[in-house]
Amino acid sequence: MVTLNDYLLVSGLLFSLGLAGVLLRRNVLIIFMALELMLNAANLSLVAFSRFGTLNGLPNYNGQMLVFFIITVAAAEVAVGLALIVALYRARQTTHVDDLNSLKF
Amino acid sequence: MTPILYWIFSARVFFWIFSALTLGFGAATILNRNPVASALSLVVSLLSLSALFFSLEAYFIAVIQILVYAGAVMVLFLFIIMLLDIKAEQRRPLSLPVLFGGGAVIGLFISQITLVLRSFPAGNKPFPPLAAGPLLDAQNIGMTLFSAYNLPFQVVGVLILVASIGVVVLSTRELK
Repeated sequence: MVTLNDYLLVSGLLFSLGLAGVLLRRNVLIIFMALELMLNAANLSLVAFSRFGTLNGLPNYNGQMLVFFIITVAAAEVAVGLALIVALYRARQTTHVDDLNSLKF
Repeated sequence: MTPILYWIFSARVFFWIFSALTLGFGAATILNRNPVASALSLVVSLLSLSALFFSLEAYFIAVIQILVYAGAVMVLFLFIIMLLDIKAEQRRPLSLPVLFGGGAVIGLFISQITLVLRSFPAGNKPFPPLAAGPLLDAQNIGMTLFSAYNLPFQVVGVLILVASIGVVVLSTRELK
């Protein structure tokens, strides 16, 4: 049988992959994709818990509502973030985070 | 059907196939030098994740995962990568503190997850069965969304309006 812990393990591994991407990659676009991986890992554990905590023989839809809102907010965030990256690229001609250090202390 | 076919078509095998695809292409996303290859790996990873959602009987969420994430969001990513015409990243040395710090954080996180999962025996039981008959997933989600979650739903509409106006403002040339 596939259990809740299997899904949570996959979700945790996916989250750590995203975390690794954010910490270790230097390209803004790839850091952004790794952020999406982390959001999706959270979605997976939410859906797994929603299926696990059944109410009257139905999945617990509160968890799936949260996933719905996360997907909506992530879509808005991607649009704004990519617009920022394009504006940054126009000003600096680079997407490498080591070259974008004018705010650095 | 023969027993081997029963084994092949069991939920467990499909779960591990799609988990391996999700994690493998997720790793390919962060390991590829070329952003286009990275984005295409992310598409495959998100599609396999939506197969996991199907296996959890969250059909509506799985479908919007395909439509919104693997469709709209990733097309936007690919469009921007090709618009900026980014070449494969040249190799630069990572600083040692970043490498060790990042590795330590990730190792700690994975060990924390294994510890928590080991001390959670309730999660090792199979999923409780759903009620007999068809699962009216989209209908149930619609009922919940427009009753209990009506206010957040309206607020999300405002958020999307703000985001689209923000994108238009950011995309105008005079940004100095």
